[in-house]
Amino acid sequence: MASSTARNVLFDVQGPRARRTTLVLNLVGVLLVAALAWVVLGRLADQGQLTAEKWAPLVTARTWENFLLPGLWQTLRAALLAVVLSIAFGLVFGLGRLSQPAIVRLVSTVVVEFFRAVPVLVMMIFFYLGLGRADLVEPANVPFWAVVLGLMFYNGSVIAELIRSGVHQLPRGQREAGLAIGLTPARSLRLIELPQALTAMLPSLVSQFVVILKDTALGYIITYPELLASGRRLGSGDGNILQTLFVVALVFVLINYLLTLLADRLSRFLSYRTAGRTKPAEGPVAAAAAQD
Amino acid sequence: MSEYLNDFASLFDQYDVLGAFWVNIRLTFFAAIGSMLLGSLVALMRISPIASLRLAGTGYVNLFRNTPLTIILVFLVLGVWSQLGINLSEDFARNFFLYAVVGLSLYHAAFVCEAIRSGVNTVPVGQAEAARAIGLSFLPAARLIVFPQALRGAITPLGNTLIALTKNTTVAAAASVTEISALMKTMIEFRPDVIIAVFLTVALGFVLLVVPVGLLTTWASRKLAVKR
Repeated sequence: MASSTARNVLFDVQGPRARRTTLVLNLVGVLLVAALAWVVLGRLADQGQLTAEKWAPLVTARTWENFLLPGLWQTLRAALLAVVLSIAFGLVFGLGRLSQPAIVRLVSTVVVEFFRAVPVLVMMIFFYLGLGRADLVEPANVPFWAVVLGLMFYNGSVIAELIRSGVHQLPRGQREAGLAIGLTPARSLRLIELPQALTAMLPSLVSQFVVILKDTALGYIITYPELLASGRRLGSGDGNILQTLFVVALVFVLINYLLTLLADRLSRFLSYRTAGRTKPAEGPVAAAAAQD
Repeated sequence: MSEYLNDFASLFDQYDVLGAFWVNIRLTFFAAIGSMLLGSLVALMRISPIASLRLAGTGYVNLFRNTPLTIILVFLVLGVWSQLGINLSEDFARNFFLYAVVGLSLYHAAFVCEAIRSGVNTVPVGQAEAARAIGLSFLPAARLIVFPQALRGAITPLGNTLIALTKNTTVAAAASVTEISALMKTMIEFRPDVIIAVFLTVALGFVLLVVPVGLLTTWASRKLAVKR
């Protein structure tokens, strides 16, 4: 585990005296955290934010049936479609960057680098106003498509980079073996290298789903009625915006935490399941991937 | 064509495009400092021998890494500012700016923490063992041997966090800060005839902001890498 090695670097197994010191410091730490929580909760209580009538509406069926579950559905709907489209986009341009003709490589590189540098929100706003004007989709569906397309271009580019680094991490013999049995470079890429790279990048891919799900919340800014937007409507109506946003955040954290857990499991499972070097893609791309 | 270009150029007289970008740059600058300070503190907690602080640090990272930035900013403005009535500044616009800096710092501190931790992971255990063997205790060993190497190993992930932060300053629009994405919306709403040009201008601005940071951190991480 990463965290235990990190600690091993800095300190040894402790003797009896060091253990006593640690115990004391531990208690101090608990007291510090508790004191911080006490101050925050105390302030909230002074403002009347902890009373039952502020929190009770959040556990009624009406709240969930009419606001939170429909919002969650809109969030998941946009995220799911964005996931599918991002993978397709990533496959096209990832393979484009690895292909033989220089012009295909150049175009793919420009596309991928451009969409990785532009903020997702800027793209969403562009599609939100552009689609509405171009009359391509029904007016009611414009925010939905703006969210999905914005997410697709950004995350598709990240996935393209993941595919590229995944293929580059394979042992060179894989490609040579493919060529030796008479495959063309393109077929060797598609039949031999890509499937292995995809397996290796699976954990990073799942982490990228977390990013997609999180970024659907940007749809709030362009009036897409996702979970945050419906939470805001609900909270404004009931006069408990603080509490509602807290619950909405909790839903996001819970889903994303489970996805992260899945990514960890996958990466551990794959590390002994597959033979060759199938460590999940590391380095700049995978690290950058996880943080927008 | 030239008429189109003239139409487009007139935008720059009408709207303060550079000024809006300057807001994003200022947001990036202050939030980078804020998230660096907070992130280092949380990283120290997470690698300390004290279990309670470690737990608090882990909790912080898991909470903030998995919450959408939009929610954090909306929470600060609608929840903390309008419900609890906490003003960070007497000036109305400045108040929102500061709230955006706080939100961006809170969110990215979680990623700074993980970047520093990954830097510590690049230091082989043998280094710490050697430090102890020559008689250094925990703090001097950490300060003189481990951290200098860890920081150099953390340059790439820290650079990625800075890039993500730069792009994420657009989300400050959710906290009523008039930065470039908010201005872009206004520009397109009033001048839909030049929508593509407006989008490309804003996009190009971000390419110009982000690409040098990437090149610089790649160069620095190679230059400063500890050869092993």
